[in-house]
Amino acid sequence: MAELKTKIKQNTQEQSVEKSPIIQEEKEVVFQSKNFNLWYGDNHALQDINLTFHENDINAIIGPSGCGKSTFVKSLNRMTELVPIVRTEGDIDFRGDDIFKSGMSVEELRTRVGMVFQKPNPFPKSIYDNVAYGPRVHGIKKKAVLDQIVEKSLRSASIWDEVKDRLTDNAYGLSGGQQQRICIARALAVEPEVILMDEPTSALDPISTTKIEDLMQELKKDYSIIIVTHNMQQAARVSDRTSFFYQGYVVESDDTNVIFENPSDKRTEDYVSGRFG
Amino acid sequence: MTLVDKDIIAKKRTGRQSRNQIFKWLFFLCTMFGLAVLILLIADTLMDGWSRLNLDFLTNFNSSRAESAGFFGAIVGSLWLMLVTTPVAIVLSVGTALYLEEYAPKNKFTEFIKINISNLAGVPSVVFGLLGLAMFVRALALGNSVLAAGLTLALMILPVIVVASQEAIRAVPASVREASIGMGATKWQTVSRIILPAAIPGIITGIILAISRAIGETAPLVVIGVPTTLLVTPSSVFDSFQAMPMQIYSWVKMPNEEFQYIAAAGIIVLLVILLLMNSVAIFIRNKFTNRY
Amino acid sequence: MSNKNIRDQIINNTRNKSNIFERMIPVILLLITSVSILATIGILVTLLSESFEFFSRVPITEFLTSATWQPYVGDGEWGIWALIMGTLKIVAIAVIFAVPIGLGAAIYLSEYASDRVRRIIKPILEVLAGIPTVVYGFFAINFVNPILQGIYSGFGLYNAVSAGIVVGIMIIPMIASLSEDAMSSVPTAMREGSLGMGATRLETAIRVVIPAAFSGIVASFVLAISRAIGETMIVSIAAGSMPNASFDVTEPLQTMTGFIVQITSGDAAFGTDLYYSLFAVGMMLFIMTLLMNVIASWFTKRFKEEY
Repeated sequence: MAELKTKIKQNTQEQSVEKSPIIQEEKEVVFQSKNFNLWYGDNHALQDINLTFHENDINAIIGPSGCGKSTFVKSLNRMTELVPIVRTEGDIDFRGDDIFKSGMSVEELRTRVGMVFQKPNPFPKSIYDNVAYGPRVHGIKKKAVLDQIVEKSLRSASIWDEVKDRLTDNAYGLSGGQQQRICIARALAVEPEVILMDEPTSALDPISTTKIEDLMQELKKDYSIIIVTHNMQQAARVSDRTSFFYQGYVVESDDTNVIFENPSDKRTEDYVSGRFG
Repeated sequence: MTLVDKDIIAKKRTGRQSRNQIFKWLFFLCTMFGLAVLILLIADTLMDGWSRLNLDFLTNFNSSRAESAGFFGAIVGSLWLMLVTTPVAIVLSVGTALYLEEYAPKNKFTEFIKINISNLAGVPSVVFGLLGLAMFVRALALGNSVLAAGLTLALMILPVIVVASQEAIRAVPASVREASIGMGATKWQTVSRIILPAAIPGIITGIILAISRAIGETAPLVVIGVPTTLLVTPSSVFDSFQAMPMQIYSWVKMPNEEFQYIAAAGIIVLLVILLLMNSVAIFIRNKFTNRY
Repeated sequence: MSNKNIRDQIINNTRNKSNIFERMIPVILLLITSVSILATIGILVTLLSESFEFFSRVPITEFLTSATWQPYVGDGEWGIWALIMGTLKIVAIAVIFAVPIGLGAAIYLSEYASDRVRRIIKPILEVLAGIPTVVYGFFAINFVNPILQGIYSGFGLYNAVSAGIVVGIMIIPMIASLSEDAMSSVPTAMREGSLGMGATRLETAIRVVIPAAFSGIVASFVLAISRAIGETMIVSIAAGSMPNASFDVTEPLQTMTGFIVQITSGDAAFGTDLYYSLFAVGMMLFIMTLLMNVIASWFTKRFKEEY
């Protein structure tokens, strides 16, 4: 792990956007984007994004639909590359290394940066095989080790008690909320350092949503979480830091209570008070 | 003044409704026509062929005497033929479908391949026979062997399996694919462990339907020159062979009326095999669809 | 095994993953894919080279302008129009027979039938489409033709009508299912707009659905014609082997496909005019079906653009 640890880069531009970095300075920087731009064909979807995410924080990204918040999060593990017409400029550093530099293995990046998607998307396989999928593709074959990983991941995703007696059942037989927690367990199984969540509760009922929000509080002890949400109450409830995206720009990024109680930009204030979006 | 006279509309309504009813039944009859033909065809064949359908027919070789003509050589020959056609067709078609759906860049060349495959699907089977005759039988000097005919049929059914496999692969939701890629799985790991297993029921259905088409195909075999009077079964893919549809054709063309009954018996055997294969395909499709 | 261990093991495995295999896969798949192009090239080269040989012996003008096809008389007379006329007669009868029935079935399935009926009927159509053509040939000569002869004694043992009708039966499933697909993809909202004004299902089908699905329906007809042109076994068995350009449908005739089968099931010694004529006829057949397929895909593309 030693080679992964690099010094925190101080970015002056960043400082100008973030007003209260006092608490953050003790924590290590996980992701830092520098003048990051992204185009879908001719559509300039992300413009000069400068953001820093720290270890053991829950970072919420909010904004109206089409503001680029999902696109940004998918850029962090280079999932945007699956769309052939995407073009990017600028840097995103993950633990000090530019994720776009040549020689960067996307497989390694995506292993270390896990992702949970908007709609629960388990594989059409058994619960066990779903969770064991990641370790297996990364070369872990011993049954005993896999058993251990599966149990630990399911426990961390607080779904072990509900499924431990039917690990061989197809994951599609579970409820939506359970499926999403299986997907979280699946992401945890490869021991990522960061978990990206793209509106993970938008397809779920309120009870399942509460469960997942509670789960996030548990997970932040071991992982850094970056969550996209269109639900402002959710951002206010769960996150430490919040960034407000609007029309491809970052309007404001700060501690969550600052964004919600004392935003500096008029648009942020209008959005968090529900006047548009 | 009213522009719409309600009385006239009401009066016309009865006529319009009865016309609707009459045509409904007419269209229904059109739909039932297919079923009627199927029943007639099966009944006619059964009546003609039933008396000849016995163990001797299944175990005898063909003969110029109607009393002792049998289907054994043709049944075994068709099995040999499918032993060549099936694996070749599967490798070529599923590989092509995977390339087109998962790997092909979006460019003119890929577009050209797709157009080419859909055109290949429209080429008459007898033309594939000419290809087999000039290329496999003569140029590669394979003669009228199992291999020459099997390769010809494999090329003929290739587009069918490609299209079915493409549809099956496309039906795997993008979200599942993203989940695998998002965990750091490589492209091939995603394809081989997630996409192929999820698409396999659709692919198998396509394969079975294509193979059942190949089993009943006659024209290319005639053109290649598959014999009908052999008294041995092949012992390798380089040997000559007989085939069920070819044998049936030669019996139908016989002037002696007795052979029509033998042809009917052969048709019954062929149809039973095809119906079995079709039911398996439909079963697989119904059992595994709508999982997402 | 601790947390860190698994994480390190996974990262190490990711880094040591060999890239060569991963990079070989698309290359292998591309090679496999190119076989389909080789097949097309093979067909074209075969047909063209052997046809050139044929036209070095027989003038192409005779081939394209004459309507007398008598390969066995003297040096032979090679006027393809006799065979094309045979093919066209069969196609015309098949289309006249199959289009109304196929379209009627498509309208019923898409506009009237319940889901349950559709689930029963569609597999039946598929089974009908899967019956080998040699079986249809047997049906034509042993079932349809005796009925025709009972109606009108002028029908011979081999004639255009029995073969044409059975080719029609063969293409009905294709017309029905492709037209039904086209009609089903007309948005329900359009249908509801018409039904909601008090129009009957029939009026809705004829004035709204069919016009909206028109290019898709035409595509199904053209594809069916292409299939009928290429159909071989039914005509070989039931239409006879007498090339002629007459319009008499009670007489035997010969189609392009029928000729190829007749010559290859006899002895077309390699190197004779007869052998090379197979490929010239095959070329003509290939061009005609290709043309139909191109027209059909043009209509399909237009239909898909609309919806």
